Amino acid sequence: MSAHDTYYIPHKATWPVLATAGLMTFLAGFANYLNHSSIGSPMMMLGFAFFIVMLAGWFTLQSTESESGMYNAQVGISFRMGMMWFIFSEIMFFAVFFGSLWYTRNLSVPWLGGEGIGAATKEFLWPEFEAHWPTNGPAKLINGLPTKDGEFEPMGAWGLPLLNTLILLTSGVTCTWAHHGLLANKRDQLIKGLIATVALGFLFVTFQAIEYHEAYTEMGLTLGSGIYGSTFFMLTGFHGFHVCVGAIILSVVLFRSSRGHFKPENHFAFEAAAWYWHFVDVVWLGLFIFVYLM
Amino acid sequence: MSAVIAEHDEHDEHHHDDHAHGPDKGLLRWIVTTNHKDIGTLYLFFALAMFFVGGSMAMVIRAELFEPGLQFVEPQFFNSMTTMHALVMVFGAVMPAFVGLANWMIPMMIGAPDMALPRMNNMSFWMLVAGVLLLASTLFMEGGAPAAGWTLYPPLVLQTGKALPFAIFSVHLLGISSIMGAINIIATIFNMRAPAMTLMKMPLFVWTWLITAFLLIAVMPVFAGAVTMLLTDKFYNTSFFDAAGGGDPVLYQHIFWFFGHPEVYIMILPTFGVASTIIPVFARKPLFGYSSMVYATASIAFLSFIVWAHHMFTVGMPIAGELYFMYATMLIAIPTGVKVFNWTATMWKGAMTFETPMLFSISFVVLFTMGGFTGLMMSIAPSDFQYHDTYFIVAHFHYTLVPASIFILMAAAYYWLPKWTGHMYNEKIGQLHFWLSVVSVNILFFPQHFLGLAGMPRRIPDYAVQFADWNMISSIGGFIFGASQLLFLYVVIDTIKGGTGEKVSDEVWEDAHKHGLEWTIPSPAPYHTFTTPPTSIPTEHI
Repeated sequence: MSAHDTYYIPHKATWPVLATAGLMTFLAGFANYLNHSSIGSPMMMLGFAFFIVMLAGWFTLQSTESESGMYNAQVGISFRMGMMWFIFSEIMFFAVFFGSLWYTRNLSVPWLGGEGIGAATKEFLWPEFEAHWPTNGPAKLINGLPTKDGEFEPMGAWGLPLLNTLILLTSGVTCTWAHHGLLANKRDQLIKGLIATVALGFLFVTFQAIEYHEAYTEMGLTLGSGIYGSTFFMLTGFHGFHVCVGAIILSVVLFRSSRGHFKPENHFAFEAAAWYWHFVDVVWLGLFIFVYLM
Repeated sequence: MSAVIAEHDEHDEHHHDDHAHGPDKGLLRWIVTTNHKDIGTLYLFFALAMFFVGGSMAMVIRAELFEPGLQFVEPQFFNSMTTMHALVMVFGAVMPAFVGLANWMIPMMIGAPDMALPRMNNMSFWMLVAGVLLLASTLFMEGGAPAAGWTLYPPLVLQTGKALPFAIFSVHLLGISSIMGAINIIATIFNMRAPAMTLMKMPLFVWTWLITAFLLIAVMPVFAGAVTMLLTDKFYNTSFFDAAGGGDPVLYQHIFWFFGHPEVYIMILPTFGVASTIIPVFARKPLFGYSSMVYATASIAFLSFIVWAHHMFTVGMPIAGELYFMYATMLIAIPTGVKVFNWTATMWKGAMTFETPMLFSISFVVLFTMGGFTGLMMSIAPSDFQYHDTYFIVAHFHYTLVPASIFILMAAAYYWLPKWTGHMYNEKIGQLHFWLSVVSVNILFFPQHFLGLAGMPRRIPDYAVQFADWNMISSIGGFIFGASQLLFLYVVIDTIKGGTGEKVSDEVWEDAHKHGLEWTIPSPAPYHTFTTPPTSIPTEHI
């Protein structure tokens, strides 16, 4: 009952509408850029910068309010629910791409090869095509263009990808270690744990960039390498983007920790960042198994 | 609706004055507001505006189809109109209208001071505006607005001109808006209820929105993923939907309808909730079968995830798939039948009166049932081969959306306008609006069943002469229906300005305070309500 008496309700918010304007400008700019309009790139950059500054302002306000004790336990529950359901929406977003990979490998590629309902498809469209995985399709696409015998090299699992798996798993451990430090009020452990997590996160992204570079320059593996290239880069690319976002969130949490923010009993931002990080971690395990290993 | 009201709450002895202040003056109030009533009002007005924008597009369609041959618009523009009409009505009118109702009513119905995450609430409204702005901008672009149908199927949609990336990013923004709104609603319902308001005492409108919010969070990201793949297929050489690269255009249809089927229930479940709220008040009886209503809603939501391919019976699926999706779809009739039975049983031997909200609600029960039955017809896969992509499906989903969702939105507006404004609407004009709407909506959509069964394809600006008569009748119904909605606009503005002039009581409708918490607070509802939770709650609704 007492919690209800003091539920904190902010009045007036200027950051959300400005952030929305920034995001809209960014996307309108992006669309113009895709349409080869010269205002596209500047509009994109302007909108993105504006969006980030507005988000930074908003989160600064939230952290100031949090540190000054304006949020009670009930507000904290609302925040946690918000973060949990946001992560659930992200899971559904990744599910689309995992689902597409499953569908193409198990249904549409075999159908193109003449299996089941695909008998006529094979007969009339591409009689020479034999279903196999990985594939760049009956037209042997290279960079999105049909070729006579265009080949690419699929990404193996045991080099950088395995290393990256170990890196992300370790970062999950360091993240939890930092959390234990926070709970026990060992600030030193908290900060060291966060530094290690952020560093491992950016190391992961660096290795993935190297992997992409290799794929594009040496293996003939690009977004345009048929359905294998499409699913490979879409899944790993969106995951890599999420690792970047997670690492930036953790960097903010690290910065706040170094300023003495968070208490053992009240540290929503840390928890949210940690949840997000573990989510990104689990998605990677799915990727490692279904994209690289199988 | 902008009146400044000093807060008072006679049911509340532990009143805190530090929370009591009215809204700010000026236009800026509406831009930076975090108040659930302000944001609800913004959503409702925005939805009303989009209802007329989307409606105007429908008028273009019906005008072109008035007679065979090409009269008024180019075929490409006609197809843009069918596409944009659907997108504007779904994402600009019906969904935002229900979010507006949720914003206004859920905190008041569960005894909460506001939504759980007020700043995000503000953002989800503006994200909606941003998304619709991007979408509307495509009307003025080289190559025209998207014209491949609201389902945006590849490869056709990839032939869109400069509008394509704008339409795709618009979907992203609308998705972000919906997800944020849904997260807010879930957090509000789970975390902000008055202590006495246990889950199984919540009004059904709150229940149906809780379940709808789960659907939204689960499927909006799926749609976002699908259009993202369209974007990369078009601009970044991927081949998700291109068989030459090993992809499959049918994959898009599966993903789209995995989103699309729950999406249509996102538009109908809150409709059920409002109907279950209004009918008991005017039947002067408790709702029949409260808990079965809750379970039926949850069942429908669950089934919505496992029936999607009934939209694609003719696409060339394996026979096992056809059979599975056929039988799974038929299952939906069971929980839906439970609901229709319960509404009817609620009215059975009730002391009914027929004010405008009740009239719209009763016609919803009857006409939605018809839309449901045609749905059952199309769930039968071999029959669907005849109905697919004809005016029969157009008639079906318009029956489930116009005299169902839209009628219930009208009912909700008439029902709660006195609480929102403190004024009574003009009952005579309200009833005139109802009768004109209910007659014309049937003239508009009923003949489309015949056209569809006779084989008239949808999304076509011209047709064979044997379809001429029913098309003309349908168009006449459409024009009357469209014009009738101006009466609604008049009633809304009139009520805000003072309505009939009579002072409405707190409960507004006879004994309504026994049915819902919102009727225990003053009319118009103060700017802040339930800053401390109510100690007792009405239970007549369960």
